[in-house]
Amino acid sequence: MKSLKIIHKIGLIVFTIGFFTFLSLFFLGQYQLDKNDLREVIGEETFPLVDEFASDIYDNKYNNQFAFISDFKSVLEQSNQEVKAKFEIKSDLAKEIANSIEGKAFQQSAIEKAIGEPSGEEEEWQLKQLKDYTGWMEGKEYESSEELTSQLENVIADVNKSIISQKGFSQNNINNKAFTITKQSEVGPVVQNPWLWLFLAIGIPIIGAIMYLLPKLKTEHAGIKNDGIFHSALKNRGWIGILLGTFLISFYVFLYWYPEYMTSWIVMVDPLSKMISGNPASQWFMYGFLYTLAILVMGVRMMIKYRHSPYQLIRTVSVMFFQLSFAFVIPEILVRLNQPYMDLKNMWPLDYTFFFDYRLNEMIEAGTIGLFMLGWGIALFAIGVPLFTYLYGKRWYCSWVCGCGGLAETLGDPYRQLSDKSLGAWKIERWLVHSVLVFVVVMTAGVLYTFFTGSSELLGINTYNIRAAYGFGIGAMFSGVIGTGFYPFMGNRVWCRFGCPLAAYLGLVQRFKSRFRITTNGGQCISCGNCSTYCEMGIDVRWYAQRGQNIIRSSCVGCGVCSSVCPRGVLNLENRDENGRFNQPSLIGNDSFGVQS
Amino acid sequence: MRNIVIIGNGISGVTAARHIRKHSEDNITIISAETEHFFSRTALMYIYMGHMKYESTKPYEDFFWKKNRIDLVYDYVEQIDFKNKNLQLKQSENMEYDVLVIAVGSKSNMFGWPGQDLEAVQGLYSYQDLESMEKYSPTTQNAVIVGGGLIGMEMGEMFHTRNIDVTFVVRENSFWNNVIPPEESEIINRHIRKHGFNLMLETEISEIIDDGNGRAKGVKLKDGGEMDAQFVGLTVGVSPNIDFLKDSELETNKGIKVNEYFETNQTDVYAIGDCAEFQEAPAEDRKPIEQVWYTGRMHGETLAQTICGNKTAYQPGVWFNSAKFLDIEYQTYGQVGNQPDEDTEVHFYWEHKKGEKSIRLIFHKEDKTLKGVNLMGVRYRHEVCDKMIRDNWPMKKVFQNLKKANFDPEFFKKHEDELVGMYNERYPNDVVKLSRKKILGVF
Repeated sequence: MKSLKIIHKIGLIVFTIGFFTFLSLFFLGQYQLDKNDLREVIGEETFPLVDEFASDIYDNKYNNQFAFISDFKSVLEQSNQEVKAKFEIKSDLAKEIANSIEGKAFQQSAIEKAIGEPSGEEEEWQLKQLKDYTGWMEGKEYESSEELTSQLENVIADVNKSIISQKGFSQNNINNKAFTITKQSEVGPVVQNPWLWLFLAIGIPIIGAIMYLLPKLKTEHAGIKNDGIFHSALKNRGWIGILLGTFLISFYVFLYWYPEYMTSWIVMVDPLSKMISGNPASQWFMYGFLYTLAILVMGVRMMIKYRHSPYQLIRTVSVMFFQLSFAFVIPEILVRLNQPYMDLKNMWPLDYTFFFDYRLNEMIEAGTIGLFMLGWGIALFAIGVPLFTYLYGKRWYCSWVCGCGGLAETLGDPYRQLSDKSLGAWKIERWLVHSVLVFVVVMTAGVLYTFFTGSSELLGINTYNIRAAYGFGIGAMFSGVIGTGFYPFMGNRVWCRFGCPLAAYLGLVQRFKSRFRITTNGGQCISCGNCSTYCEMGIDVRWYAQRGQNIIRSSCVGCGVCSSVCPRGVLNLENRDENGRFNQPSLIGNDSFGVQS
Repeated sequence: MRNIVIIGNGISGVTAARHIRKHSEDNITIISAETEHFFSRTALMYIYMGHMKYESTKPYEDFFWKKNRIDLVYDYVEQIDFKNKNLQLKQSENMEYDVLVIAVGSKSNMFGWPGQDLEAVQGLYSYQDLESMEKYSPTTQNAVIVGGGLIGMEMGEMFHTRNIDVTFVVRENSFWNNVIPPEESEIINRHIRKHGFNLMLETEISEIIDDGNGRAKGVKLKDGGEMDAQFVGLTVGVSPNIDFLKDSELETNKGIKVNEYFETNQTDVYAIGDCAEFQEAPAEDRKPIEQVWYTGRMHGETLAQTICGNKTAYQPGVWFNSAKFLDIEYQTYGQVGNQPDEDTEVHFYWEHKKGEKSIRLIFHKEDKTLKGVNLMGVRYRHEVCDKMIRDNWPMKKVFQNLKKANFDPEFFKKHEDELVGMYNERYPNDVVKLSRKKILGVF
């Protein structure tokens, strides 16, 4: 017993050391730009231009990614300046063209006249652009020379604006190139020995975690052990919780918007990615890998903690299985087999890109298997959701299958008590989550409209803008940064409760047409509040239990923890006949009169 | 518009207030000196153990009271002038009432042990008791808990989570066997010891030893031994908290004497909950003083009817109760004595081989109808048990439907087949067939 407790403590130390190794990797990268790499990434045609500015930094060895990325980006920006200077059209040209027009109607031939025989690449390009941009003006009559000049000046300004995107590097392009180049320029310890660092930064924390967790099988008796949770600096918004939340939020910000800064972690899993899918690792592979590990290791914790409850054991095995196979391994193998990447258990509208043009095209082009994926993805939300939610409640997905749910139920379990149970929070929740559902439906309708008609305008709004807004606001910000980053602040289901459109959809079915409910047991409730405290969805379970009313709430994900923590056996998740599901509140035990609580 | 004043914001008083509000527009005031808002007394242990914060033990959010026009007064009632219907409060001005409900609960029993008034000697009933446990915990290595009951169990579990060594000193020869049958009691004995508690049975303390500074430092036992204890928990029951009423016109005995309408000997004054003592026990199997959360709630529900014009006698239904001993939940329905009566009862007792679960069904010997159900580590459905007992279900019908009574979560191993097996063995001429379980709960 004593030695087990020592192993438990050493485990925590080992985990901490490993975790800090992982963190320090972020700062351990060394970078050197290689000319051939650059040529490959930039492309033969533009390379000479960039080479001119990059030649200064070829010999530099950088000890951190910040300086390297800053210098590299400035190389591309300098190239942009040069390109811009080279291809820019002077606005004087507008007047020249206008002057060479005879009569009121504009003719494109005037442009050729003004520029003359194009000498060199620049003038050829300028001529072509001006012609392209003025096609619609051909034959159009202008009242005065000034009016035409002003119109032409606008055209010239537009052409000048397009120089960077056509001949140089757009902001987006700079970021993409920075990611690829930074990853390839890694020369530090990680790239020389990725397997070793994978062991040190990932393997060691896992070993530590296992050492920390397994002894509890012997040192703690099976049963609810929430001792000290509200005294904990980690689990009650104390300083460790704040640090962890800050780390998680920063991680997601880098992951979504600045992946070029986290290439050390990505290089570390490169060999693994090549083993599984045959491709080098992207930030998404690294993320998926860490995500899966978090679910597996913390899943083991969950199983040890709730080992007295077969419901929790089976449910946790289920989320671990679906994450490992469906979300992580199978999609990578599909890629290896040259099939579209697809997580077959993810579904629209959580998988909000499902109907995006590139995904539809990819599936359609992939033949039978692609069409199967398309049909499967549609059937899942069109038939699977109503059917299974009718039979078992939304838990069949949210706390048994879903990846976000899987992370919440494992990595997030220590924070479930931080969800807000107030009536006010419930009001905000209903407005917010259903708004996101409406948003995703509108966004998808727009995307499909564009896919089928080719027109990017729907009711005067650009569908690409709606889709970009959704991707940034909901897809990245809400589900990632807030959804997971806020675990230590607002509990483990912030996304599922306030943001997930699929949860909203499942919830509507669960609320109005389902056999699922949480039954309260007669008059046995003592209003202690454990159920409400440990409800990750912020449902005030006690409010129903103490008045003897079944709990039927669209948000309930059926994790079953309220039933587990109840010290009096009051709560039970049940699928039963719909009759009597919405029962009148009543408490058994008082025969004095018909009590309606 | 009457002024209805309720002293005490526990489950009885608050339930009365809530139910009065459902049926009347009268002014309702609740006075309490314990806490500003109603909290769940049963959850005190969870605050100490860090499972919950005090805030999470409040069954209603703070806005609830204003919204329902229930005035809360955080003060102590020092004296009641029944003649002039006037309350004298410690801090605020006197308050008049038209209707008074006394729901002041209990206090921990003390049996006159020398040293019982020392510091770090206490029971666990109020929020202040909890604060005092917190205060002494950092300087406590050993705690002695006197009494083998539910509160003692809670206190023991609380200290256990702070790595304080706990010794139970229990007068009986088995834990809580003055209430539950011997086999169930033995399960608890084993369970307590398995968790590393020191359980001393058939032992009593004679004195609590002073450390010289007015705080407990140990106990002396009746058989002569001595034990270190920087904290002594006295959990030998509770009694009505009515000292402030002892010299008034209000008729009291152990508690405030009430009839079945909770009427006292003073007009428009009622008493409910732990502090009320019925002139006659409300039912054959009930005691004159009921000190359970559930009965407190029912008193409140019933009195509200009377106060709102629908004069209603208290008529409790089938008895039920529940508790938790460390990791083992306990539920009981109907009449379960602490000693099986072979002459009038037929018992079916099943115990799991690991000794942490049991089911006991008790039938009347004469007509073979269900009398009571006792459960350890297994959850049963209140509604079904209530119906089976109330409607005098015969033995065979009970066993045929026993599965419907089970309330354990999905995927838990169900043991009703084993009980049915016991029945079939005992009554081979009238066997019960078992039904098949549905696949995936559907087919």
